Amino acid sequence: MISHVSHGEVLETNRMIDEYNLDVRTITMGIDLLSCADADLGRFMAKIYDKITRKAEHLVRTGDEISRQFGIPIVNKRIAVTPVALAAAGCRASSYVAVAETLDRAAKEVGVNFIGGFSALVHKGYTESDAVLIDSIAPALSQTERVCASVNVAASRNGINMDAVVKMGVVIKEMAELTRERSSIACAKFVVFCNAVEDNPFMAGAFHGVGERDCVINVGVSGPGVVKKALEEVRGGDFENLCETIKRTAFKITRVGQLVAQEASARLQVPFGIIDLSLAPTPERGDSVAEILCEMGLEHPGAPGTTAAVALLNDNIKKGGIMASSYVGGLSGAFIPVSEDRGMIEAVRAGALTLEKLEAMTCVCSVGLDMIAVPGDTTAEAIAGIIADEMAIGMINNKTTAVRLIPVAGKGVNDTVEFGGLLGYAPVMAVNPFGCAAFVKRGGRIPAPVHSFKN
Amino acid sequence: MKAVITMTGKDRLGVIGKVCTYLAEQSINILDISQTVIGEYLNMVMIVDLAAAGAAFDDIATGLERLGQEICYVIRIQHEDIFNSMHRV
Repeated sequence: MISHVSHGEVLETNRMIDEYNLDVRTITMGIDLLSCADADLGRFMAKIYDKITRKAEHLVRTGDEISRQFGIPIVNKRIAVTPVALAAAGCRASSYVAVAETLDRAAKEVGVNFIGGFSALVHKGYTESDAVLIDSIAPALSQTERVCASVNVAASRNGINMDAVVKMGVVIKEMAELTRERSSIACAKFVVFCNAVEDNPFMAGAFHGVGERDCVINVGVSGPGVVKKALEEVRGGDFENLCETIKRTAFKITRVGQLVAQEASARLQVPFGIIDLSLAPTPERGDSVAEILCEMGLEHPGAPGTTAAVALLNDNIKKGGIMASSYVGGLSGAFIPVSEDRGMIEAVRAGALTLEKLEAMTCVCSVGLDMIAVPGDTTAEAIAGIIADEMAIGMINNKTTAVRLIPVAGKGVNDTVEFGGLLGYAPVMAVNPFGCAAFVKRGGRIPAPVHSFKN
Repeated sequence: MKAVITMTGKDRLGVIGKVCTYLAEQSINILDISQTVIGEYLNMVMIVDLAAAGAAFDDIATGLERLGQEICYVIRIQHEDIFNSMHRV
């Protein structure tokens, strides 16, 4: 029988890939490390190295083969592991820096560009192992290249661990200083979360949750350029038109991700987990979430109306994605990083976009304050205050929020800092100069919010 | 396995013939072919069946790319599932 695909459909798909930067952003293999638990640190590290390099041996090659066969770029191949604070707890070690170095070596051996899961979940409190991990984050991320770390400090069901929030401010400052000569790059590999998800394939926040199976394939698809292009066709149309177009486009993008995920799962003989449809921008022109907001009718992101625009974008991305795949998961929605999005960078430079407006946008975007450069002299307490605000938004609104801030050592407002590659470049943004130390340092935990009486 | 071959470039006599000859040499059966010419540019889409093909997909793709370079065309082969999954519910 003659195939059903039409000439026009073939050309549409290939135009999305060739001209509007449609790509599969990442195939991320989740690997459980609890099975490697050992009382001896050396043996634990040998076991995790062995397990990761065995499970992910063919990951990169398989990704490249799929990319070649379907003609769609698969930009990154990555690994997420069980939070190290859990897996390494039995070792009773006083530092996990060597564990991070082991993860880094394993990542290099199999050829993935990032490995996530140097993580701890401390939304209610620390274990001894959590404390060791958190103290190891700054040296670990400074000394390794591909390891990403995250700490979950808040949850809607548990409240906000403010002791941890204050500590995060200190860790971020320490990392910034340790990598002073490299634009404080270590901070770009570290995320603080509220309501962290267990199956997120995107870095720096990916880890393999404890509710997951031994090994799983999650796929992250992107394509802000495709959405932007589709919206050009409905310029001036009403909101129904606008939302319908976003949904249709999200559907098409997600279907490609679903196909790639199923192929990867079958070829690697590893079960498929979820598709994460996130509009994840890159610094390339035509690959920007900000350009979508402008296409909707904003002069720059940050203008009045921006929060509403982000809200409808995020919601309709989810709606289209959910129709396309039964297993949509991760963070699915619109990311609004600054340094990784050319349009956001331009908005900051134009004076349209401030940290406070970004915070408002995070109430309705898929994650949070992401890849924002702030002055190097921002205090640890101020960073903790920013984190606390962002965690409160996530906690009260039952959503994932996150903070990835880079207090760039030696840089001030309006300086530009270059991170390189997908991490992009960013103008340093101003932080409100008034103090919050007496508030954030009260100690203890902000209790869980009431889950009724919603208004 | 079915695949989609696309070729684009400046319209010239005999270019599709060259591709068809290559496909015949590789025992690749053409199921459907359509083309449009916009301005001076040819846009051809072909659905093919690789069931009887002797060579591996990667070698066929490389062969088509090489042929494309010889005749100044961009020729690409892709598994048809990418199109089916995107455009069919």
